[in-house]
This record gives sequence, structure tokens and C-alpha cells, in this order.
Amino acid sequence: MSALIAQTRMEIRLTMRRFEAVLITMVVPVILLIFLGLIGLAPEEYSRPVDFLLPSMLVLAVMSTGLVGLSIRTAYERSYGVLKRLGSTPLSRGNLLLAKINSVILVTLIQIVVLIGIAALGFGWRPEGNLLLAGIVLVIGTATFAGLGLLLAGILRAETTLAAANTIYIFLLLFGGIIWPAERLPGAVSVVSSLLPSSAFATALRDILSTGEAPVTPIIILSVWGIAGILIASRTFRWE
Amino acid sequence: MASINTTSQPVTANGHVNLAHSPVQDTVDIGSAAVSITDLHKRYGDLKAVDGLSFQIRPGEIFALLGPNGAGKTTTLEILEGYRSRDGGAVSVLGFDPQREATQLKPLIGVMLQSGGIYPTVTPFELLELLNSFYPNARQPAELLDLVGLTDSASTRYKQLSGGQQRRLALAAAIIGHPKLLFLDEPTSAMDPQARRVTWELIEAQQQQGTTIILTTHSMEEAERLADRVAIIDHGKLLTLEEPSALRRNGGSTVRFSGPASIDPADLAGIPAANEIIAKGSGQFVIETDDPIALLDELTTWARQRGILLDDLRAGHETLEDVFLRLTGHQIRE
Repeated sequence: MSALIAQTRMEIRLTMRRFEAVLITMVVPVILLIFLGLIGLAPEEYSRPVDFLLPSMLVLAVMSTGLVGLSIRTAYERSYGVLKRLGSTPLSRGNLLLAKINSVILVTLIQIVVLIGIAALGFGWRPEGNLLLAGIVLVIGTATFAGLGLLLAGILRAETTLAAANTIYIFLLLFGGIIWPAERLPGAVSVVSSLLPSSAFATALRDILSTGEAPVTPIIILSVWGIAGILIASRTFRWE
Repeated sequence: MASINTTSQPVTANGHVNLAHSPVQDTVDIGSAAVSITDLHKRYGDLKAVDGLSFQIRPGEIFALLGPNGAGKTTTLEILEGYRSRDGGAVSVLGFDPQREATQLKPLIGVMLQSGGIYPTVTPFELLELLNSFYPNARQPAELLDLVGLTDSASTRYKQLSGGQQRRLALAAAIIGHPKLLFLDEPTSAMDPQARRVTWELIEAQQQQGTTIILTTHSMEEAERLADRVAIIDHGKLLTLEEPSALRRNGGSTVRFSGPASIDPADLAGIPAANEIIAKGSGQFVIETDDPIALLDELTTWARQRGILLDDLRAGHETLEDVFLRLTGHQIRE
């Protein structure tokens, strides 16, 4: 078995064994989808709230697994000396980071299936738009948030990473175009919000799933965050 | 008049060679050495962690690195393992520069960290299965678990293993890739005597397969039992590098006893046959001498005049622990 596959398997296993993290990762987007779907919270241009809410919760799920789950797990691996130990093996830094991003993509896939299932069965959501494009944007978004998670874990101590990741999670949930669209927030907040990776991600998904067209600007914004995040993470990532 | 050596300040006199102040030379050909360090320097801010260290490790030997806490042992190991950069000097590990040629070096070394280094929620089998995939011709997990006696705990999570079991797993992980060079940082800490003996046998078996081993330890028994050569370092400098038996011969004869803690070492120093007094604390004293028979006679007279009972009075050779104390001024365990 190749080192990359073995390490990816290990990363998935580690994700699943942190039960409390899996719970928040899996459960929060699901509960919010059901709750907000039932009360029908969505801007008025959406005739079915689920068309607004499903992309929101997909982004939230990606953020939970990539930004929060991965950064906290990685930061604790550093404090346990695990990364240091791996640093003396032939496993390359690139393969370790890639294995971590792979594990996030695979765990996210499970969440996507669950969320789509609930949206379809509970709220009558039907696939529209361009599903292939949506899939591509989901992969870009997942890699972006995994990269940002690794960046956090690379520059902060374990306890600080935990606090920072959760703070950013709540902040993006409220102001990052997830629970309410960026363009509907007041004044300058709206401008800043639309530049955040979660806004760009959610906007792109909503447009692709409703019109089938890929909006250029949000995808560029998301990609810039992704490339910058992964590049800086791979530069600043320390074994210790 | 003999000199007095308390644990904080080593002093020598009467022609006694103080190794701490004489430069230590080592005579291995650099080209054939498994590890070669020349004039290594590393500082952290104002602290000189490694200060002009030079030594060679011969292929196939077990090399023990001893020193008080903060002596520079771990920094030196971490420079050799490629974790840390150096500020000056030349380092060659199996012919590679660990800083610039880490990719070539990593498949050839095995590392056992002082603590941790293993995912808490992962089982021994899972960890070894993972590491197995990193090395060409790696050992099989089941074989290794059997070797270190962890077969019955193969599917117990790391954090639920005992301290000794955790160390044995770390050792198994270090040797999975058939390393040419093995770094063991306090390999038997947290082990009971039984597990310690088993581990020593494992380390010796590894040496018989041709592996060069560099280890740090707090156990003099371990250094004496395992090491072909012992280097003692303090303040980032090499104090001595010898075979354990040669180190002890250097120290000559000793007489040791315990008595009331109120004994003044300066008073003992008046005994004519005493070369050096080492006060180890809690009323334990070691007296170095060239003439143990005369010293025993004079010491018992001295004690009788003062009405002091000498407990555990023993004459013999210096132990490695005494050598360590004399050279560094510290007990090995503090």
C-alpha cells in the first residue's frame, strides 16, 4: 500500500475516532437545515427555502470538517509529538498534507449525501442546474477550507487553534453568507462579507444549483483563498 | 590536603587529572564513521545549547550520550535526526547532511522520541501498519508486535496502554524500517525491571543485525550494560568519551560510606590518603584515593575520634555514576 493511501486511511480513521468532533461536524448542519427549513427562513426570491438552505448547509458542513475539525486535530497531533515523529519517517510533508485534505474530502462526501437526502426527502429538493459543476466547486471549496484549517494549525498552538477555529466558524456562519446572503447584509459589511471564502462558496453553489451557470467572480474569490491558504500552509507547516 | 567536590562544584588536586578541563580527542577515521560531528554549535538566543561539540560514532556500535538535564543531549540528537538546523560546524549522518539531504537519510534511520509521538486513539497494529507503508522492505506489524511483547494488546488504543507498553511500541515503530542508524531517547524510561531487561535484549539484537545505535539514558546500569562507548556532555561540550570500563579505571579507587549529614567535607579532606571528596548529599560520601588500604585505616581512625558510625562502608572502583558526578557536578537524576 502506498504511503499516501495508508496515511489517508489513517486520517479518516482519526477523524471518525474524535467522536465529539464528528458529532458537531455531522449534526450542526443537519439540525440547522431541518430547523431553518421548517420555519422557512430564506430571502424572498427563493420560492422554496431549501434552494437557499441546502447550499448554505453544504458550505457549513465543509467548514466544520475542513476548517474546524482538521485544524484542531492537526494542532493536537503536533502537541502530542505525532507530527514530529512522522517528520523522521520517509513520509513527505506534501503527502501528509494531501492525505489530510483527502480525508476531509471523503468525510465531506458523506455529509453531502446526508444533507442532500434530507433536503430531497424532507423538503422536496430536486437536483437542478449543473451537478458536475457543483461537484467541482464543492471539491475546490473543500480543499480551500482544508488548506485554511492547516494554515491555522501550522501557526497557532493547539489551544489557540481550537479557540480560533470555533470563533471563525461562528463568525462565518453569521457574516460569511451562510445563514443570510452577503449582499443582504448592511452597507460595508456586505462588501467585506462577499469577499469571504464562505460567501463566495455559497453564492457559487446557489447559482450553479439554480441556474446551471457558474458565476465567475465568486469562483475566483474562492480559488484565491484556496491557493493562498494551501500555499501558505505548506510553507509554514512545521513538524513540531 | 585533598580537594572537596560537592555536587555543585567539581574540584581536583593532588595530580588528579580533571577530565572536565582537558580537551577530549577521539580517533575514529571520519570517512568510515556512521555519525561524524565536528565543532558543532547551536544556540537558542543567549543560551549555547551545543558549544563546539565533536565526536564520531563507529558503524555498528552502541553509543550512549549522557549528561545532566539541559546539557545539550536532545538538541544534538535532533540536529542529527534532521529536526534542527545548526549554527556552525559539520555534521555527517550515514554520509548525508541531515539538514540538506533529509530525503535520502530518512529511510535509513529509526527514531524513538523521549515521549509521545503516537496518535492517542490508534492501536499498535494500526500504527505499525501505517509505518510499514512508508519504508521499503519494512518489517511486518505482527512480527514486530510479537518481538516487543504487544501481541495481546495489538488492538488496544495507545492511550490505554501502560507506560512501559507505550515505550515498547515506540521502539517497535523505530525499528520497523530496518534502520542502519537507530536513535533511542531514553528507551527504557517508565519500564519495570522485567520489561527493561527484555528491551535491552531487543536493542542488543538490533546491534547484532548491524544497526548503529545512539542512545541517551538516565540509567547508568543501562549505559554500562549496553554501550560500547559513553560520551558525557555538559553545557554543550564533550567532557569525556570512553568505553565504560576505561571511564571507571580513570577514576581509580574509591571508598564510600554514609554517615550523619552534618559531616563537614572539609573535615574529611584532612585525611592524608584522600585525593578528592565527593559529597553526594543526604550524608553520602565518596572519597577517591590512590591507596585504598591506607585510606580505610585513616578513615576509621578519623571516625572513631569523632564518634561517628560509618554506615555502608565500601571500598572499590568508581562507578559510572561517580564518574558522571565528578565530571558534571550533578547527579544523573535530579
